[in-house]
Amino acid sequence: MQNGYSTSNAPVKMSARKVDVFYGDKQALKGIDLDVPARSVTALIGPSGCGKSTFLRSLNRMNDTVRGCRVQGEIKLDTLDVYDNSVDVVQLRARVGMVFQKPNPFPKSIYENVAYGPRIHGLAESREELDAIVEKSLKQAGLWKEVGDRLAEGGTGLSGGQQQRLCIARALAVSPEVILMDEPCSALDPIATAHIEELIDELREEYTIVIVTHSMQQAARVSQRTAFFHLGILVETGDTKTIFTNPSDERTQGYITGRFG
Amino acid sequence: MSTSLLFAVLLILSLGGYLLGRRRALGAAGGKITGLHSLPTFYGWYVVIWCGLPSLLLFGLWVAAEDSIVRVLVQNALPPEMLSLRADQLSLLMSNVRNVAYGLVPMDHADPQLRPIAEHYITLHQISTAALWVVALVLLIAGMLSGLRRISPEFRARNRVEQVAQWLLITASTLAVFTTIGIVLSLVFEAARFFAKINALEFLFGLTWSPQMAIRVDQVGSSGAFGAVPLFAGTLLIAAIAMIVAVPVGLMSAVYMAEYAPQNLRAWVKPALEVLAGIPTVVYGFFAALTVAPFVQQAGSALGLEVASQSALAAGLVMGIMIIPFVSSLSDDVINAVPQSLRDGSYGLGATQSETIRKVILPAALPGIAASVILAFSRALGETMIVVMAAGLAANITANPLAAVSTVTVHIAALLVGDQEFDSPKTLAAFALGLVLFIVTLALNIIALNIVKKYREQYD
Repeated sequence: MQNGYSTSNAPVKMSARKVDVFYGDKQALKGIDLDVPARSVTALIGPSGCGKSTFLRSLNRMNDTVRGCRVQGEIKLDTLDVYDNSVDVVQLRARVGMVFQKPNPFPKSIYENVAYGPRIHGLAESREELDAIVEKSLKQAGLWKEVGDRLAEGGTGLSGGQQQRLCIARALAVSPEVILMDEPCSALDPIATAHIEELIDELREEYTIVIVTHSMQQAARVSQRTAFFHLGILVETGDTKTIFTNPSDERTQGYITGRFG
Repeated sequence: MSTSLLFAVLLILSLGGYLLGRRRALGAAGGKITGLHSLPTFYGWYVVIWCGLPSLLLFGLWVAAEDSIVRVLVQNALPPEMLSLRADQLSLLMSNVRNVAYGLVPMDHADPQLRPIAEHYITLHQISTAALWVVALVLLIAGMLSGLRRISPEFRARNRVEQVAQWLLITASTLAVFTTIGIVLSLVFEAARFFAKINALEFLFGLTWSPQMAIRVDQVGSSGAFGAVPLFAGTLLIAAIAMIVAVPVGLMSAVYMAEYAPQNLRAWVKPALEVLAGIPTVVYGFFAALTVAPFVQQAGSALGLEVASQSALAAGLVMGIMIIPFVSSLSDDVINAVPQSLRDGSYGLGATQSETIRKVILPAALPGIAASVILAFSRALGETMIVVMAAGLAANITANPLAAVSTVTVHIAALLVGDQEFDSPKTLAAFALGLVLFIVTLALNIIALNIVKKYREQYD
């Protein structure tokens, strides 16, 4: 494994126990048990329709916005029960940020895109503080050098890769603890993808990252742990190295060697 | 033999051409469809085009032109003493002749002087009809033979038929355009006649509107003043009141329907709101004149204000209600067109629904919303019936919504109602007002459509 160490003994940041997700009558996930270790990258892999994105979206309750979606079981962020009635979804999502498949900058300036989260959560007391947050987030996302001198321009005018990094900067600006990424590179070219992958590797030092990906190479390159989903079931989870070199389940073996999926 | 019978015969024969074309194509290919370039029906249609198009086209042109040609012929053959008549007397004479010829006046009751002329007219008409029968049928049969002769298994009938179909579509789509051009031209020419009599600057910037013209020289008090500013001011005042009602209500209902309303409620409320747009404006007019105007007047007097029985406020309020659907329906569409990914992005950052709407969705949808407001405004400018019934005819310049005002459209209607000479400035003024209204609403619509277009490109 490229990253060189295993995270199996790291503290658990998020955990799922016996999670079932339904869309109307259809069950999309069955009895998922998964621990997400802190300050590391967990990759969710599996063929299309296996439920990995559904699982990702249930971690910050983005599934709430989907009509007819029901989640059973327990998901915890540290000690907080995510699906408890007392939980404020808005605060939860500030702690568990999200980056989407297709870059979705708001039709506002670059500055306003990044300042959006801090503004709605009241994270900055003054314009100077807000400026500082924007600059720090753009630097963390590796975008400052490219756009630092044109913050007033529209975010939608950037290239696809830059837009996606802008979306990452936007997520970082609210200082989340966990960042969920739903196939963040699937709409990008290889060079932009390499950029984002490097970025993910750097962000791991401060943030807990869960990434859904269709690319096995990407999972192998950026993640420390990998979970393989198939037909709504979590088939196997373990150190990325183990999963890719010595999977214990036949289906995992079949998928990573390209026999199906 | 009548022309309508000929029309039916042409259609039936064309249908026969269809069957013949199909048969011949199948026969040429030895009865196997696979031996043909196109399906047999295309060969049938190909023959129909050959026999139907030229003969029907001729039929149409003939019927359209026949009457004027016959008239010219009859007129040229008139006895010399009639030819020397004045132009208007001549045209009266000709219409009498036609009345006799078409049997509206029985021949034995007709002026004996007119009888030979009417008979000449009838003869010419009969000759023309007979000639049409012959020419149309010959054209049809020649077309049919020519079409049938071209059919062979390799012949690309499908491509030819589709080409003709394309021309048909082009004709249909240009029809509306040409009609519009015709309307504009008629407006422009009549307005030009008006401006030949009244100075355009006086019309556009004059402050008095009193279009009564003296019919007799000794008539009192009808000087004719054509300063349209009071009408423009009244139109803008009423439209502004309408927008004050329609924009907030329409926009808020659009936001509710697009973002908050559950699916089943939305499926019910949206059509219900759109019904508002389908109510005849006359009905809104009743409502304005009989319910809202008295209410406004009573409410005003309760507050110690003097309100005219026909007030701009009453007309504006009802007009505002009428154009709510224009604002809400289009705004609802543009709000729905904002990509879900933007909502997800905002929710993913921990924004609430109302923050997402205010800070992401409405700004993103703003161009489309602006366009819907502009379209509603141009609709308000052109509205007539509500204002006729609720705001009255008094052309005042005032910004007081409680006073009676009048609008451009109301005066267009008023100018054309009743006995008028068609060349008096009073009547022609209606066309000038119409032209101004047309130019303004056209400009507004073009602006709105451009905004919508730009907005679409943004998300494609």
